[in-house]
Amino acid sequence: MTGEGKDKQMKKLLLSALAALTLTTGGVFAAEEEAHITDYAFPFEGPFGRYDTAQLQRGLAIYNSICSSCHGMELVYFRNLTEPTGPNMPADMITELASNYYVPDDGLEAMVGDERPATLSDTFPGSQLAGAPDMSLLAKARAGFHGPYGTGISPLINGIGGPEYIASILTGYTGEEKVEAGITFYGNTAFPGGWIAMAPPLYGDDIEHADHAPTDLESEAKDVAAFLMWAAEPKLNQRKAFGLTAVLFLGLLTVLLYLTNKKLWYNVKHRTE
Amino acid sequence: MGGIPHDHYEPNSGGEKWLHKRLPVVGLLYDTLMIPTPKNLNWMWIWGIVLVFTLVMQIATGVVLVMHYTPHVDLAFTSVEHIMRNVNGGWAIRYVHANGASLFFIAVYAHIFRNLYYGSYKAPREVTWLIGVIMLIVMMATVFMGYVLPWGQMSFWGATVITGLFGAIPYVGEPIQTLLLGGPAVDNATLNRFFSLHYLMPFLLLGLTLVHIWAFHTTGNNNPTGVEVRRDSKEVAQKDTLPFWPYFVIKDLYALALIMTIFVAIVGFMPNFLGHPDNYIPANPLVTPSHIVPEWYLLPFYAMLRAITFSISIPFTDVVLIDSKFLGVIVMFASLAVLAVVPWTDTSRVRSGRYRPMFKWWFILLVVDFIVLMWAGAMPAEAPIPQISLIGTIYWFAYFLVILPLLGLFEEPTQQPVTIEEDFDAKHPATSAEAGTVPAE
Repeated sequence: MTGEGKDKQMKKLLLSALAALTLTTGGVFAAEEEAHITDYAFPFEGPFGRYDTAQLQRGLAIYNSICSSCHGMELVYFRNLTEPTGPNMPADMITELASNYYVPDDGLEAMVGDERPATLSDTFPGSQLAGAPDMSLLAKARAGFHGPYGTGISPLINGIGGPEYIASILTGYTGEEKVEAGITFYGNTAFPGGWIAMAPPLYGDDIEHADHAPTDLESEAKDVAAFLMWAAEPKLNQRKAFGLTAVLFLGLLTVLLYLTNKKLWYNVKHRTE
Repeated sequence: MGGIPHDHYEPNSGGEKWLHKRLPVVGLLYDTLMIPTPKNLNWMWIWGIVLVFTLVMQIATGVVLVMHYTPHVDLAFTSVEHIMRNVNGGWAIRYVHANGASLFFIAVYAHIFRNLYYGSYKAPREVTWLIGVIMLIVMMATVFMGYVLPWGQMSFWGATVITGLFGAIPYVGEPIQTLLLGGPAVDNATLNRFFSLHYLMPFLLLGLTLVHIWAFHTTGNNNPTGVEVRRDSKEVAQKDTLPFWPYFVIKDLYALALIMTIFVAIVGFMPNFLGHPDNYIPANPLVTPSHIVPEWYLLPFYAMLRAITFSISIPFTDVVLIDSKFLGVIVMFASLAVLAVVPWTDTSRVRSGRYRPMFKWWFILLVVDFIVLMWAGAMPAEAPIPQISLIGTIYWFAYFLVILPLLGLFEEPTQQPVTIEEDFDAKHPATSAEAGTVPAE
């Protein structure tokens, strides 16, 4: 073998080592999880995926009328609900929606423990029920990109797995119940361990949408999961647009530098000067 | 300054001469940029530029992040989410910074394995190599402290586990651990000092980078043949080399642009791929995550730490000399320190692995070993993972301390080219005008 051949072998080896190293860390824990997550399709998956405004609005409606009675969402401001890359709701509707939530009153006249209706510049209140997790980041905190709730899916094409987890929980109730130490647990195929303390929140036809979209259990679960993904990653649309622009421009720069480099070294390699 | 003979900067205009007499900074920049570089460098010689770029990128994004970040246990997590949600472009800056750490380690591991294959650590480049080993350790400390700052579950529990390692050292361990934490447990004081050190250490890295570059600019670059540039005269040296500008600057920029294209695709389309979802849960000292796993780049060394499940005791007695926890800590730090002795344990007179038929296979096994350890570090510590890790650990040390010294004695190297020019010409045969050049080998 020539020195050059060995060199190429070397190069291949290091490249494949690098590739292996970036790939292996992905699904490390996926195997050990017995819980079942359905790989639902969402419109915001893949490099070209974006949030579907109508779906976010439906998800908001379900969150507002059902989830919010127990769960909080302390990192999301009511004003965020008017963002064009989010639910894109009219400000007056959100002002009205916010006024149904109560937040601590920190005004000059207020006494400790006083509350006032929320406004656009407030965040959603925290969880009302002890043990109910805050929903702000749940779609990312339960994402399958690194386990433990892995769906073994490629995050580049199929998204991170968090919304899939949420939707699978909402549709995964088996109908079984058991009581342990005075707490009722509900059988759930998606929850690790198989038993969850949350009573089934959705049954299908829990709400009527203005756009008459389907309200079967699976559609509702997907809508609210999409809304919670937006809550966790409100800049997803901007990020993916940035990704496309940056890949395009840097790709172009790469081609130009490749040609420059080729031209620059031509005389050296062919010794024609 | 020593080095390869080449043209030096000559000030021309009156202004240039005036400045040059007082501060020869233009001359320094000129000599740095025009340094004669072996013309046969292959694509594994691009990682240095990638590393310099990444360091600057991390410092630039880090400085902006600090403007919006609050190092307090009650506010750190929310302030990071404030960056992600409310700061203009904050999500981009944070995702670039977080993924930049991964880019940094991909580049540094490629850079290190390049050096191990082509024998770049051998005389006269030992000092360059040693500075590099120090930089790797500083990098690891920096990245670990940076990962603590968002104050998520993995931040908190990672900090608890890693600082706990110091507690395993007999006698001095507990005071050291307390000093690191600023108290008896990971808390606000820990977060504050990690924040301070995470800001300080990149600038140490920047300083070390300059010394690192100074060192190899004194000795000249190694190259894939491991054969030195001829230094008899400027004319002879020019047959083996090309000036860094423009030949290698353009080549490196091309490679950098390609790597950055992949990097922005990851930032844009799957920025959380290399992260851990548990770090989107605020730190909670009362809830331990089911798996505490470091980020991917620390996994091989974490695996070596966990590989040690036995204590060293005096045979037939109950006297434990070194307990398993402390032994694991020793092994983990030694696995990095062992890199520092390789210039002296490698006894082969041939630099480049290209001309070492036996070495090549041991080297490939080392790369495989590194990847296996990385995988093992991410797995739960149940059989057979500790056993696999132990075999991997033994090979890691054996490579540097046993195999390299013996290979130099037993191996019959193949014929090296006499000059870099010969190697380059063999790879790029002359077109008609100069046909008849003797091909290498």
